[in-house]
Amino acid sequence: MKTGRPTWTKTLVGGLIWGGGAVFVSLVGMVEAFSARQIILGVISLGHLLLLLIGVGSGFQAARRGSEGTRAALGRGLLAGAAAGAVPAAFIVLGIAVNLRGMFVSASPVLFDFLSFGRGSGGVPIVIATSAAAGLAGAAATLLPPGVRAPLVNGVAMTLVVGLFQELLQILLQQGTVQTAMREFIFTPDGLPPRGAAIVFLLTAGVTALWRARRAAVGGWVLRRSAPQQRLLRLMALALALGAVLLLPVVGGLFISQVLVLVGLYALMGLGLNLEVGFAGLLDLGFVAFFAIGAYTVGLLTSTGEHGLVHWSFWAAVPVALVVSLISGVLFGLPILRIRGDYLAIATLGFGEIIRLLALSDALRPWFGGSQGVLFIPKPTIGSFEFSGPMQIYYLTLISGALIAFVAARLRDSRLGRAWMALREDEDVAEAMGINLVNVKLLAYGIGGAFAGMGGAIFAVLLGSIFPHSFNLLISINVLALIIVGGMGSLPGVVVGSLFLIGLPELLREFSDFRFLLYGAALIIMMQLRPEGLWPSAAVRRELRKEEAPAAITAEPVAAERGAEA
Amino acid sequence: MRYVKLPVAVIVAVLLASGSYFVVPVPAATVGPVTDPIGVVKVNKGQPITIAYWLVIAGPDASLGIDSRRGIEIAIDDKKKVAGFSVKLIGEDSGCNAEGGVTAATKLAANKAIVAAIGSSCSSEARPGAPILWKAGIVTVSPSNTAPVLTAADRGPDYGGYLRTAHNDSVQGKVAAEFAFKVLKVKKAATIHDGSPYAEGLANVFGDVFTRLAGAGAITAREAISPTDTDMRPVLTKIAATKPDLLYFPIFTAAGGFVVRQAKEVAGLANVKLMSADGTFSPDFRKAAGDAVVGVYNSSPDLTKLGPGYAKFLEKHQKKYGEKPLSAFHPHAYDAALVIFAAIEKVGKKDAQGNLYIGRQALRDALFATKNFKGLTGTLTCNQFGDCADPKIAVYVTVSADPAKWNPGTDPKQIYP
Amino acid sequence: MQRGPLRRLSFVDLYLWGVRISVLAVVLWGSFGTFQADCPSALTLCDFKSKYAADVWLDFIVFGLSQGSVYALIALGYTMVYGILRMINFAHGEIFMSGAYTAYYVAAALGRSGFLNRNPLVSLAVVLVVGMAISTAIALILERVAYRPLRRAPRLVPLISAIGASFFLQYTFRGFFGSGFQAYPEWQIFKGEWAIGGVGILRTQAVVITASVLLMMALYIFVMRTKTGTAMRAVSEDLEVAALMGINVDRVIVVTFGIGAAAAGAAGVLYALVFKQVHFFMGFNPGIKAFTAAVLGGIGNIPGAMVGGLFLGLFESVGPILFLEGLRVPGIYPTGIPAPYQLKDVIAFTMLVMVLIFRPSGILGERLATKKA
Repeated sequence: MKTGRPTWTKTLVGGLIWGGGAVFVSLVGMVEAFSARQIILGVISLGHLLLLLIGVGSGFQAARRGSEGTRAALGRGLLAGAAAGAVPAAFIVLGIAVNLRGMFVSASPVLFDFLSFGRGSGGVPIVIATSAAAGLAGAAATLLPPGVRAPLVNGVAMTLVVGLFQELLQILLQQGTVQTAMREFIFTPDGLPPRGAAIVFLLTAGVTALWRARRAAVGGWVLRRSAPQQRLLRLMALALALGAVLLLPVVGGLFISQVLVLVGLYALMGLGLNLEVGFAGLLDLGFVAFFAIGAYTVGLLTSTGEHGLVHWSFWAAVPVALVVSLISGVLFGLPILRIRGDYLAIATLGFGEIIRLLALSDALRPWFGGSQGVLFIPKPTIGSFEFSGPMQIYYLTLISGALIAFVAARLRDSRLGRAWMALREDEDVAEAMGINLVNVKLLAYGIGGAFAGMGGAIFAVLLGSIFPHSFNLLISINVLALIIVGGMGSLPGVVVGSLFLIGLPELLREFSDFRFLLYGAALIIMMQLRPEGLWPSAAVRRELRKEEAPAAITAEPVAAERGAEA
Repeated sequence: MRYVKLPVAVIVAVLLASGSYFVVPVPAATVGPVTDPIGVVKVNKGQPITIAYWLVIAGPDASLGIDSRRGIEIAIDDKKKVAGFSVKLIGEDSGCNAEGGVTAATKLAANKAIVAAIGSSCSSEARPGAPILWKAGIVTVSPSNTAPVLTAADRGPDYGGYLRTAHNDSVQGKVAAEFAFKVLKVKKAATIHDGSPYAEGLANVFGDVFTRLAGAGAITAREAISPTDTDMRPVLTKIAATKPDLLYFPIFTAAGGFVVRQAKEVAGLANVKLMSADGTFSPDFRKAAGDAVVGVYNSSPDLTKLGPGYAKFLEKHQKKYGEKPLSAFHPHAYDAALVIFAAIEKVGKKDAQGNLYIGRQALRDALFATKNFKGLTGTLTCNQFGDCADPKIAVYVTVSADPAKWNPGTDPKQIYP
Repeated sequence: MQRGPLRRLSFVDLYLWGVRISVLAVVLWGSFGTFQADCPSALTLCDFKSKYAADVWLDFIVFGLSQGSVYALIALGYTMVYGILRMINFAHGEIFMSGAYTAYYVAAALGRSGFLNRNPLVSLAVVLVVGMAISTAIALILERVAYRPLRRAPRLVPLISAIGASFFLQYTFRGFFGSGFQAYPEWQIFKGEWAIGGVGILRTQAVVITASVLLMMALYIFVMRTKTGTAMRAVSEDLEVAALMGINVDRVIVVTFGIGAAAAGAAGVLYALVFKQVHFFMGFNPGIKAFTAAVLGGIGNIPGAMVGGLFLGLFESVGPILFLEGLRVPGIYPTGIPAPYQLKDVIAFTMLVMVLIFRPSGILGERLATKKA
């Protein structure tokens, strides 16, 4: 047993750390807030699920530490789970004996009741046992063959997702006979009952198993088609995806459209910041200023209220907003051309705050409305069709998004794009290679700003009014976070990041207290585990993983390789 | 990514296959015995009537929204059944800002089962949010919006479904100015606001009324700070140089605490009277301001004139939640709920099977026609622009600096009217 | 190829000169207008007279200096960490907050039991120690978890990790202690004023000014005269060569973080002594102001942090009434800008941006190491 003791010690310590995480999550208030949401009615709430996942996670990590047999791995999982349970158990005992509420607002009797399954100090053995079992399950999960693991995990994930979003899904299925039948089959008015959960789990697991069994065959069949037929198939898939995207607001309803519009607007801003940070490596924390400038331009030009300068239509105001944002980008960029790195981040942060404070100020109130903002911004119209709500504005956002993504993609592959990437790698060398730093940087700021200005223009008509309080630093940080999480320099990554960091929190609004906590943790973790993002561009991935050895070239059949993508 | 793609794809596929395509709800509907130009809500027998709230129940201002929600819950307990149906309360957090208001309103507007809504908490949410609800035909009654513009004559048809049981800030600023001029007999005053629409609006109303009463130039300084400022001494010094008799700062607890504490440290403001509004009317203000808070005036809704019904409300509140109310607008929320229930009972029609049908336009008209309704906050009569409140604004003076001794009416003591 | 680049360069230079001139013009014209009070029009020259008496101006200056010493206190830790590690610790404001907030509970307990006012100096020492200890602990955990694994990563990555850490800490404390504020108890001996040379200075302000001077001296002596301090300076010059010289770089970095955090924790408790309120977001603004102060004085330069802080505080306090209130623009602002103190932060940020553009080395220039960012 060469690695005997150290591994067991490490496992123990790892488990204790996971346990510490459980206590942290309880003290921060997440467990109590999550416990209000039942995933499966009467069976498990999100709070308990979180604690369970911590146990499973500790077991999962422990099992992968060593490489001895199954039994050792399971044993490690058990130990880690038990350790992870011991810490909250000790916490329960402490919390019942000592009044922690004076300092920690979440350490209420309700919390300890919840943690100990309603049994107080007597619940300690149950907590440790449950956690150990969860650890065991986590360890076992690593040992399952993929053929069993994939359906199981997919089934569980799907059940959790449906349980979590049951309210939304029920609203979507409110009208229509087929929908009502489905709704009443799976749900009850209060949530997802165990029967419905079982149905969802079995269906998903079944579909996954079926797909895995047939995948290679399908892949092979596709490849055996002739080239024009393959092209046709690809076109059909594309058309289906396009149709889905176009029909989403109709299917999803008012609220989903609203969420999608917000996702789209942030994606627009993300595309702009992507130009500056992802392509050109210029960290801009004041990005919200361009968003604000676009919004205020459209607002001031179209408003029918007291601050409207002229009463133009939206379509006339948008090009003006784009030009104004572009010019502001250039004007902001000029003074900061020579600043680099961290200093650049702070300088741009300063700019962003200056713009917000000026928009809010009493001094500029006659022109910008001060804290009361600019009101009565009319919705855009084409003839007699009015973009009256989020469902219509979604299409506006979609089209602008598509256009801007197209522009961004073309820019990335152009000389300018390559100049940006050279800039990002090393400024001095780029200059030595003959790249005009001034022009390239100014173009980055300008075009990035113009993209954000477009987002701002749509934002103004979405809300119908603009308040300076909407343009704060948090938005810049949001956009930065979504590029990082999605993948710097990658265009699909921006959409992925936006969906996760903007769409998901909107759907989980009651947990908005913990949104930035999770953002912060996500940023730290992602920088260490996957700095290239969730959907990285090939170049960035190569750059950040260059320490890894290049993949060996094997003689695997092409079909299997393609199948592995799914 | 692998494990996410499949569930997402499956959900989207299922939704697409089952989505209610192009089902545009026919507005001018005749459903059951009711015909209504906007739409009709049908509540099946045995199902509850769904009322929704959009209040700020999370974040630093959560006490405002939670307090209002509790008022609604007690109203539901008291009423027990509306037209023979029980009431179910659902709701969203609105975040006390425009985007939060829009998202909450949109989420509620998507739910066709909602009969009426109560909210919002903050005026900045109602501005974009109320039209969204009204476009879906849902009326909303606000328990704590005080911005005058929401019920102004030129507010537009988008706000046709908006009413409020809270007072209008134009009333609060007026009472404060009259108190300062008539009772405290000050001739010069200065105002500070913190850049929020609420504070700026109040400060402006105070300024206008006070100037009307005391003559031109009676407002010696109109200053502004950021809500995150901690060092108020330079601003206070600047104001002191203009020699006002009273400083009116209708801001919130944190910044208000700094103003009060540091006013004592600025030479020239030693004898200046300090007056704030309902944003600082809470025991937290004493915590923030320390000993200097004794003698500070506050204007706020008058909770002492609410009659015996209010004492009973407080008993129920203590029994149900184990503590005193967190804010000042719970009786307004209570009244909002009762007014809605009364309107539902007036316009709801049942069919032979016992299902209830409520016409949305009819509900709205009934609400606006509310007259002499006896609620906790007084006698409510709604005017054509949605102002239903029986505004009772009082001025209080702080007697002691101990947050534990907080008892509106005695400490802080009500001194006007 | 001489003319090409030169022409393009001169356009940027022209623009920068334009920026300098407009800022200068605003300051000069505004100051001029302030001393033209009682003048009927902006375009006539009147007698020099200001709305404020001389002692009022003195008040502004004193308030500015005392607020500046608060900024200096926070900037000291910031500048030391940046000087050694070349990394903006975005989470420095949160480390400052964590010490102040956690020490509140100790202070409140002492206040409730009466110990606070019976032995005020001992209680102050206890609260300070607790604050510093917590700040240091959190900073060390942060360094281990969020910064050390990323030491060899490209510049952007640790910066983003720091931003994430900043948010994480803020909302952790929000979750632990609630989203409202807490108020420190009053130390009776610090109530009131001391008269120094005819000018009344608040006792709390005097404590803060003294403390910041003492701290600055202590840090300076530490960095310049002790062995560890020399090791720190070596690491800041060149990390790899210092390692070759036998310096344990990891340990030096940990010590740097620890001392910077202890300074921040002390700053937090003193800040709370002056302003009384602590809440989870209190570190954000002071963090940025401290960075401004540090850069203004010369990042990495310890006396520079003091100088920068005092300058910043002075400008924030005196600036709005000096040149914003008197900024008369005929037709738009006949008597100057209304509510000038609302733009106080604009002045601070403009100063920051100007320093970063025109003199990134700050007033006292960089001393800890000569390499620029």
